[in-house]
Amino acid sequence: MKHLRFWTLWLRNSRVWRKHVMATLIGNLGQPLLFLLAMGYGLGREMQTIDGLTYLQFLAPGLVTSSVMYSAAFETTYGSYTRLTMQKTYEAILMTPLGITDIALGEIFWGASKGLLSAIIMLAMLPLFGVWPSIWTIALLPVLFMSGVFFAAFGLIMTALAGSYEFFNYFISLVLTPLFLFSGIFFPLKTIAPSGRIFFELLPLTPIVTLSRMFCYGQFHEPWLLKIAGSFLLTLFTCWLSVIFLRKRLIQ
Amino acid sequence: MSSTQTPPQTAVDATQAPGDDIIVQVNGLSKFFGSRCAVDNISFAIRQGECVGFLGPNGAGKTTTINMLLGLVEKSGGTMCIMHMDIPGQHQEAKRLIGVVPQTDSLDPDLTVEENLLTYASYFNITGKKARARSADLLQFFALANRRKEIIEHLSGGQRRRLLLARALINEPKLLILDEPTVGLDPQARHLIWERLEILQQQGTTMLLTSHYLDEVEHLSNRVLILDHGKIVAQGVPQQLITELVGIDVFVIEGTVAELNALEKSFKQCQATTERVNDKLYVYTQEDCSRLESLLKNSRSWLRRPANLEDLFIQLTGRSLRES
Repeated sequence: MKHLRFWTLWLRNSRVWRKHVMATLIGNLGQPLLFLLAMGYGLGREMQTIDGLTYLQFLAPGLVTSSVMYSAAFETTYGSYTRLTMQKTYEAILMTPLGITDIALGEIFWGASKGLLSAIIMLAMLPLFGVWPSIWTIALLPVLFMSGVFFAAFGLIMTALAGSYEFFNYFISLVLTPLFLFSGIFFPLKTIAPSGRIFFELLPLTPIVTLSRMFCYGQFHEPWLLKIAGSFLLTLFTCWLSVIFLRKRLIQ
Repeated sequence: MSSTQTPPQTAVDATQAPGDDIIVQVNGLSKFFGSRCAVDNISFAIRQGECVGFLGPNGAGKTTTINMLLGLVEKSGGTMCIMHMDIPGQHQEAKRLIGVVPQTDSLDPDLTVEENLLTYASYFNITGKKARARSADLLQFFALANRRKEIIEHLSGGQRRRLLLARALINEPKLLILDEPTVGLDPQARHLIWERLEILQQQGTTMLLTSHYLDEVEHLSNRVLILDHGKIVAQGVPQQLITELVGIDVFVIEGTVAELNALEKSFKQCQATTERVNDKLYVYTQEDCSRLESLLKNSRSWLRRPANLEDLFIQLTGRSLRES
């Protein structure tokens, strides 16, 4: 059971979360749903289809991945930083048999779980907009969870480096917002010249957006296994880094 | 109050062989932060059932030493053993048997009193009925049973401290580390905590205590270690150390410079050391000097009191402020 100790921190976080369920759900889901409404429903009616999808259909799976990204990354930045500094939760936990790795994994899996929950709620709401995901969407859920693990670990690295909450402005403005805009959620990357396109294809959110669209509509026209394997390796590496940075922050 | 006097059982192994009762053993421990030496080659041992007071001015190395024992600071050299487990090698095992009351409040503000204890218990893999029973015992013991469902924010400073103590005992520790356990509390709250700590001592819980309240240390500790500049400058039973290094009585006399000069000379007839601080004369007597009290009848004000740990502390570490 030694390797599942991080689970107790996950349970601690969920215990706290249950006390503020509504506020956090609205915070995480509000933005992607509003985008779907404004861009997909508002703007999309005037637009041509893309690869046979209406703009609303094109947009919806990508926005689901963005809700995973935002939920997971916000949890392990603002949430974890509060636990690290103001609430001294990690300090208290380090007095127990739990170690740095348990804290990092507990926080990352918790952030990823919140990301997955956002995605599930978003997906369940798509029929309201007239978008019907395929049965393959169930197989997409582990992929979205993995993406949540990546962004939660990324956020935790930022937390380990942060000197104040303001530091997260860099992360949001220089990482999350560009990923949100340029990972193929809003426009097809094919329209970019091949020399420049490779850069956008390598952004960590892009394969997830592509996978999400493929699974959502059951059209497997791109190398899906390669994208999953690549994202998996990147996720493992980021988790490993987050443990190292968190150790540096907590142990003198 | 009688119902709250029943202490929760702590894990004490009474069958241990003599010589096998070392709880903490530290040898040649050092810590450098860059080129600054925070802990300089210190060695000490804590035996089963002892309460050892860790004293020293700010920056003396107390917290660094404790943090090394807890794995929050990496040692630069030396060895540490807690209950015969190598530290930091067997930290995770050792922490099952340690309870810590940290200096800063690290309770979960979003959770209730009971949820705080149950959550902390889960980190020790104590769950379900066992955790609830243990938590109920501890809340009773620390007079918090009626605050069980309260959110932490609504607790007073004293209640929070008691809850931190209860939390530290959730895993029935053999070693309790207390870092300033009563800082910022009113006298009533302090005495309640002292009372409970004494009961735990009687049960045989080993304690390592740091505090800036020297009366607290004098009250609770069987033995003190005084640190300064990363070194142990004295260690022993408080009363013996005071008698050996300070004396029996302390005279504190106020007066003009001329008066004090004269008095300082007169007190040399008796076995005593003197110290001048501003317009005060301190006389630390190594024998009964009450016969010299008649000299003082013209002084502006004076008093004679038994020497205490504070005198020892000042004597060893000086009067200058230590600000980090």
